[in-house]
Amino acid sequence: MGTVFSFDVRGGDPDAVRAALEEAVAGLHRVDEVFSTYREDSQVSRLAREEIGVADCDPEVAEVLELAAEAERVSDGWFSTRYRARLDPTGIVKGWSAERAAQVLRRVAGVSGVSVNGGGDVQMFGAPEPTRAWRVGIADPLRPGGLAAVISAAGVEELAVATSGTAERGAHIVDPRTGKSAVTDLVAVTVVGPRLTWVDCWATAAFAMGSRAGLAWLESLPGVEGLLITAGDEVRCTGGLAARLG
Amino acid sequence: MHALNKNRPLRRIMLASAATVSGIVMLLALKPHTAPTVITDSAAPAPSAAASSSPGASSGSGSSGSSGKSGSSSTGTKTVTGDTVQTRWGPVQVKVTIKNGKITDVTALQYPSDNPRDQQINDYALPQLRSEALAAQSASIDTVSGATYTSQGYQQSLQSALDSAGL
Repeated sequence: MGTVFSFDVRGGDPDAVRAALEEAVAGLHRVDEVFSTYREDSQVSRLAREEIGVADCDPEVAEVLELAAEAERVSDGWFSTRYRARLDPTGIVKGWSAERAAQVLRRVAGVSGVSVNGGGDVQMFGAPEPTRAWRVGIADPLRPGGLAAVISAAGVEELAVATSGTAERGAHIVDPRTGKSAVTDLVAVTVVGPRLTWVDCWATAAFAMGSRAGLAWLESLPGVEGLLITAGDEVRCTGGLAARLG
Repeated sequence: MHALNKNRPLRRIMLASAATVSGIVMLLALKPHTAPTVITDSAAPAPSAAASSSPGASSGSGSSGSSGKSGSSSTGTKTVTGDTVQTRWGPVQVKVTIKNGKITDVTALQYPSDNPRDQQINDYALPQLRSEALAAQSASIDTVSGATYTSQGYQQSLQSALDSAGL
């Protein structure tokens, strides 16, 4: 995946936390092994070449493909697991695997706060300190180094924040309808909700939709808020986002 | 025994790289809230799953392992050098200047510069890294969400510098 994961775990017995971290990291390596489209011999690469079927893969493959199908349905096809007609579930795997890693850590007895950041997408549980909620800065795509907003997890037990946008090495979000780079007036979309698997997919889909359709669609999703930044430096937010700004 | 500051929990950083072709790199920052002395006294093994490197990797990261950190004085100016992190585009390493417990500067000691595209990206990524580090500090945030970009090597090296500094 070519991605950095950072973990912040509060509370819990240190040995138990360390064991859970090792389990979480092993899980991420396993995900890379099974799902990488860069590896010719990964299960997903072999599945894409139709050398094997879903039933021959680890059970996680079927799980991810089901989640991806749901994301495709909810986003009316704007989120897709096909790239140039070939199976490529990369778009859902990062968020799903980071959420799963955070779940592993959350289950350790005594753990009071977990934050897992997988390449700029964050899943949080609990709080870093009894008197303080997790705070996530949203990188400002037009002012390198600045923050466009700060999202607070105050008042909720679980929160995820995902951002999609144009990357340094060029556009990487593809319009599933044309197979070409998405034509959009947006430079970044941040989506906030309870679970990273979904908000990561929704950020990608809303980015491809563009500001008008993307905002209307995010507004229609229950329990989900969004912040969209256009190339013209306009910031558009869903109605409920203000309650999450820290 | 280590001096411990409750507001600045000790962090253990474990850099482990599987150095696959797609280059997954893990950065673990464990901030134990309770009984931190237990953590400081023993070196944690790198996760076993992280110890392998596959053929075809551009390079295996040499930074597997862990570094614990004792509490340190927060007065005066000091510079801390991060681990060298291998990325697909070459090694990166940063140096952080800390004055009275606050980051005052971040500079790159090593960065990919083999071609014009690398240079173009670094002209953008290095100032970004510096101001992100400074902004994160002043906004009291725990983490940053942003579109995936390729300066992860810098962030990783920065994180290791901060962990070494006990920040």
